[in-house]
Amino acid sequence: MKLYEFQSKSLLKRYGVCVPRGTAISDYNDAAKIFQEIGRSRCVVKAQIHAGGRGKCGGVQFVNSPEECTACAARMLGSRLITRQTGPEGAEVKYVFIEEALPIKKEFYLALMIDRTLRTPVLIAGSEGGVGIEEISKSSPEKIAIEPVDIFSGIHPFQLRRISSRLGISDSRSIQLGAIIDSLFSAFVQNDCALLEINPLAMTDDGAFYALDAKMETDDNALYRHPEFEQFISTQETSPAEALARKHRLSYVSLDGTIGCLVNGAGLAMATMDIIKLHGGEPANFLDVGGDATQEQVTQAFKIILSDRKVKSVFVNIFGGIMKCDVIAYGIIQAIKEAGIHIPLVVRLEGTNVELAKKALDDSGLHILSAKNMAEAAYMAVEASKRGANK
Amino acid sequence: MSILIRKDTRVICQGITGRAGSFHAERMLEYGTSLVVGVTPGKGGTKFHDVPVFDSVLDAIRNTGANASVIFVPAPFAADAIIEAADAGVELVVCITEGIPTLDMIKVIKYLSTGKARLIGPNCPGVITPDECKIGIMPGYIHKPGNVGVVSRSGTLTYEAVWQLTQRGIGQSTCVGIGGDPVSGTDFVDILRLFQKDEETHAIVLIGEIGGSAEEEVAEVIRKEISKPVFGFIAGSTAPHGKRMGHAGAIISAGRGTALSKIAALKNAGVTIIESPANIGETVAHALTGQLSKS
Repeated sequence: MKLYEFQSKSLLKRYGVCVPRGTAISDYNDAAKIFQEIGRSRCVVKAQIHAGGRGKCGGVQFVNSPEECTACAARMLGSRLITRQTGPEGAEVKYVFIEEALPIKKEFYLALMIDRTLRTPVLIAGSEGGVGIEEISKSSPEKIAIEPVDIFSGIHPFQLRRISSRLGISDSRSIQLGAIIDSLFSAFVQNDCALLEINPLAMTDDGAFYALDAKMETDDNALYRHPEFEQFISTQETSPAEALARKHRLSYVSLDGTIGCLVNGAGLAMATMDIIKLHGGEPANFLDVGGDATQEQVTQAFKIILSDRKVKSVFVNIFGGIMKCDVIAYGIIQAIKEAGIHIPLVVRLEGTNVELAKKALDDSGLHILSAKNMAEAAYMAVEASKRGANK
Repeated sequence: MSILIRKDTRVICQGITGRAGSFHAERMLEYGTSLVVGVTPGKGGTKFHDVPVFDSVLDAIRNTGANASVIFVPAPFAADAIIEAADAGVELVVCITEGIPTLDMIKVIKYLSTGKARLIGPNCPGVITPDECKIGIMPGYIHKPGNVGVVSRSGTLTYEAVWQLTQRGIGQSTCVGIGGDPVSGTDFVDILRLFQKDEETHAIVLIGEIGGSAEEEVAEVIRKEISKPVFGFIAGSTAPHGKRMGHAGAIISAGRGTALSKIAALKNAGVTIIESPANIGETVAHALTGQLSKS
């Protein structure tokens, strides 16, 4: 789950990280009041989206009066911001964050994330913050420190000394940096983060460190032990179909094509998309019902696919292991009974309880194109989608 | 021979009385696996079919001499189950459970680094040596004994690959699903080295997917250490680039992780890349019969 900047910062604040004073709003009529409450001559208005690169696209603007603040918030709210990290469709701005503008002396980069190769969290620190950090990591790797962090003991003092020396931070400031890193690591572990990034971490004129921007992504698998994250679910940037899929614990991503896919297992789901493209078609979605879905989940998954108007044919590709094919079959039959189907359905089933599943589909009397293998199924689904599109 | 498991492997099932555990314990018994004991805390003293159930892995081992374990324990308790198995002296721990928090797995990996237990998974289909021993959830009938080793990050895509091989009469020495989670136990490199040493394995099928850099890392090892023919498929080559957040991922991955980067690395290491997931069996069959006719 991705958190907005204002959500991440309010969380970091509880761990003792200094953040500028600010408030998030979704109605621009509140902007002037917030500006006055902050009580500074200069504030910054920041569009809240789950991606970086906002500064270069007008998503971060300085304002010097309540009127300017209102006008700026009005412009941003409801607009779509397209940055290097959003993809071409951009992201809708539902919140803006109004913060005091601080006098900055120097900016750094600080992040914690999971390194899959080292199988441990790593701390990444850079002597320059801002949007150019990726280029710096390539052109001047000596300006970046990457330290694996022991999950049980956190960052060691010798590692902190190494980081401070890379970043050119003096001994007295190094103690402060160490405190921030410790807070960051506590926040990372206690909130089951996948990513926690402060960019930039600013040193102000009086020598204090402030998190000027923060990004946080938590591990969906750990949601069960964070009931407090419920509040963030409604602010996820997802389509209605994706939100519905999430509710039913289905892994679903909407795409641009015409062939709806219902597959078990992420690898097979990706391979199904690959083979559709190899046969000249375009998948309408990625949908992995998971290894252990119930009949109800399958029914919901099928309905989500059918609710997509772009879909001209449906390709069900199941290789049952822990998932039983008959559960899939009954789920599909149930969905069709409830929602109806007016487009061709190609089904390829193999694996656990495949015979029971085939019998259930046969007995249902539904018109189903059944395929012997993946290649045949892909061919049938692509041909059917073309016929559907020509209608 | 084979790798990891054989006819005489004696298996514990942790979580044997749960929904998934009981269903798949039955399938493993049907297949002929020496599933000798189950563990469910609080259910000790009962029986599952003819299999005795104990409260702890330690009790299970003391009473049966089991040396491998398969875990179906729900995600919130699965990390503890893995550590319990390793602590009790189990040599091979296969964790089927999906949805274990990543930080739990990091703690597990750190714990395992001090001991001898080998972990396969989590979030994996398991390991099978056809007609000898099946530890996991893969459908047994799709396999056939033979000389091709299969290793994959995916579950169902592994079944697809294996089924294509079997339908063309090509059997498997051992098939290993290492799991698709960001942090897991045994990796491609470990399995490839085991296949290289195994006399029964004559060729290797490696199924990867986008994300992470496991394929790039194994490519380096294949180039240097693996003399057997390797066939590779990478799932997700047509997947759209997702939205991303922040810069940390890009700094750490340094350009690895895409299908293109993985395919290039594997090709460079001499791996035969299979373009379509429907052609895995055909490609291997073609290459192996070609080899036979040469010899």
